[in-house]
Amino acid sequence: MADAGRHPNITLLTNSQVTAASGYVGNFNIKVLKKARMVVEGQCTACGDCVKVCPVVVPDEFNVGLSSRRAIYQPFPQAVPSAYIIDGQQCLGHEPIVCGKCMEACQKKCIDFNMSDEELELKVGTIVVATGVDVYDPTVLDEYGYTRHENVLTSLELERLISSGGPSQGQVIRLSDRAVPQSVAFIQCVGSRSLKRGNPYCSNICCMNTIKSTLMLKEHYPEMEVKVFYIDIRAFGKGFEDLFRRSKAAGVRYIRGIPGEIQEDPQTRGLVLTVDNTATNALETHRADMVVLAVGMHPPEQMKVIQEMLALQKSPDGFYLEAHPKLQPVDSATRGVFFAGCAEGPKDIKESVTQASAAAARAMRLMTPGKLRVEAITAEVDPETCTICGICGKVCPYQAIAVKAKGGKPAFVNAAACMGCGTCAAECPAHAITMHHFTDGQINAQIDATLEDDPQGRIPIFACNWCSYAGADFAGVARLPYPPNTRLIRTMCSGRVSEDFIWRAFSQGAPVVLLSGCHFGDCHYINANHWTDKRVKRIWRKMEKLGLRPERLQLEWISAAEGMRFAQVMQRMEELRAGVTPEEIAQTKVILAQAGLPGEKAPPAKQAAG
Amino acid sequence: MPDTKQSQEPRVGVYVCHCGLNIAGVVDCAAVAEYAAGLEGVAHATHDGYCCSEPGQMRIKADIALHNLDRVVVASCSPRLHEPTFRQCVAEAGLNPYLMEMANLREQCSWVHGHDPASATAKAKDLVRAAVARAGGLAARQELEVPIERATLVIGGGVAGIQASLDLADAGYKVFLVEKEPSIGGLMARLDKTFPTMDCSI
Repeated sequence: MADAGRHPNITLLTNSQVTAASGYVGNFNIKVLKKARMVVEGQCTACGDCVKVCPVVVPDEFNVGLSSRRAIYQPFPQAVPSAYIIDGQQCLGHEPIVCGKCMEACQKKCIDFNMSDEELELKVGTIVVATGVDVYDPTVLDEYGYTRHENVLTSLELERLISSGGPSQGQVIRLSDRAVPQSVAFIQCVGSRSLKRGNPYCSNICCMNTIKSTLMLKEHYPEMEVKVFYIDIRAFGKGFEDLFRRSKAAGVRYIRGIPGEIQEDPQTRGLVLTVDNTATNALETHRADMVVLAVGMHPPEQMKVIQEMLALQKSPDGFYLEAHPKLQPVDSATRGVFFAGCAEGPKDIKESVTQASAAAARAMRLMTPGKLRVEAITAEVDPETCTICGICGKVCPYQAIAVKAKGGKPAFVNAAACMGCGTCAAECPAHAITMHHFTDGQINAQIDATLEDDPQGRIPIFACNWCSYAGADFAGVARLPYPPNTRLIRTMCSGRVSEDFIWRAFSQGAPVVLLSGCHFGDCHYINANHWTDKRVKRIWRKMEKLGLRPERLQLEWISAAEGMRFAQVMQRMEELRAGVTPEEIAQTKVILAQAGLPGEKAPPAKQAAG
Repeated sequence: MPDTKQSQEPRVGVYVCHCGLNIAGVVDCAAVAEYAAGLEGVAHATHDGYCCSEPGQMRIKADIALHNLDRVVVASCSPRLHEPTFRQCVAEAGLNPYLMEMANLREQCSWVHGHDPASATAKAKDLVRAAVARAGGLAARQELEVPIERATLVIGGGVAGIQASLDLADAGYKVFLVEKEPSIGGLMARLDKTFPTMDCSI
């Protein structure tokens, strides 16, 4: 920690939040709000004179409310930076008539109530997301009586009690009578591994954390009776099994079964645990002076802010989704953004550090050459064909197209800023935009080839590269079967799928068509999928007018983690397909031909490959 | 806007990958390759144990010269996994990397249609046909080189954020470590001793 604070290459921005991010790999523009500390960081010597005079006493967050602090405080003695901070919510203010005592006490005069929040603008090439986890709040698990029984603690509260720097100077005491408990019981998997309440996943660290705590208790209080109630003990890492053995050898009893209820003895304030011991199949009653709930981890609430800012994706457990679960475990789908620590899933310290070093190495790998090649999947406008309507400029999520409607110059794409979603090409009414590597011709050729043979038996599916195509890959990795007559056509973004591609598929005899993309907020191209949504609604209205059943065109948002959903959607598409008769398909072809769809400018079938 | 017209008919090479038994255990790869050989524009089609392996890539590179191929279709796993591999492979043989196309026969075929090998093989043929059709229309592309800022933003100052920052800073990169709390340290700073070594956390 201290190393990070004094490293010449590290700018430490504490009490700060990232408020905006734009740009792309190699050239991200970041805005950071650095909230006023009211104490000058470089000058404060952390002498503590200010604290002695501060009259405001509030619960101390660092000690999970087990002790108190003042309105001017240092979060903990080893804090980095070591400078004090004023809690603006609690401080009475600096008007002499009200308070201002700290200012008088500070000899170095480093308290500055006029300090204001600063907005900083940073330019960075890569980003490491290490936003961590929140600790599970066991309040909802009423059977454990965390809010009713004073001597039921969480593992984090025990951690603070047992710490020599904690509120009780390392003495493990009961909150009800400040006596050292004779017996302590741990309950595992609190908020973890449950499909009903809390989280379905294993929080990874609680077993070992409990084992560690039992050893510390036994070391401090050899006579203490320590019991652990568990489902399984997961001691899978290096040195873990050894520690588990030491705990058992130290006399800690491990009982397989999770208590169904905790009651308090009103006299002693001790606790009575009723448990179905699954090893002996007996209903047992255990007594303990103190109960520790081994609480799990869950993704922090504010994660969504960063997620949307950087176009990241989440896995079903709520943590960030990596680009590939095994081969790119620290990369996000957004190039140049990497994960470290629990942001990607629950981890212990060793794993967090390992992943952090991996993320650093991946970031260096990008930055070391000093230059970066970007995929040549960009849009280009034909100035001859452009009618200067301005639509492309409006739909571009990156403001990469310079165009002024009515009488201006033809639209022009800034290739370095273009990310290649293709929405402009799909929306251009004059067909003046070529989306390189995903051209009309290339996609038309794919549609034609897909429907060349027995189109009635085929289901063409347009899938975006980042979410739904990845979701289909995930269904594959998970070996989830679905009907084999589905045919995916990949585009970078669902925004690329123009109206004409849909008409073309139907006019080639497709019974049904699926267009799939990222969920709103997950779109890899900021919000390009909103245009997909609008476009599909427009197509549905046209289908209705033409006398075609709109349900033959389906729109689904499928994320990269939703393999199961992808398979289910495929099943549903097959059911829809089975309901389309050859007569309906023949009629559709006639209707579309009469309506002149797909559009006149779309190249005819066989020449499309050119 | 019309696509760039080719001066001559494309000469596509098709490589159907077995991926050990991952694909070949379900899909009849030889039949797919044979089918591909008959498609318009295909100059050469074959099947191979592992296209991504060193010998597999060597064979593709040799064929590009031998059969004068100007397009390559690799029918193997997801392009999300190996597109960079095969782009690099054809580039080493002198072909523009954007003239390589993939058909996803593993994640989106053999792994999900294992119960129905006949339909899986039929689907594999369709996917290859569509990939060949698309490949015919592919055009060479030049990648843009952009300068990269040699600085990193680290969001979160827990143990992971600190470690990543130190590694990057020690290697000479500029790091901005942003933490919402008044001090870095995160959850780890609250722990007294840590497993499995029972030493101090800070």
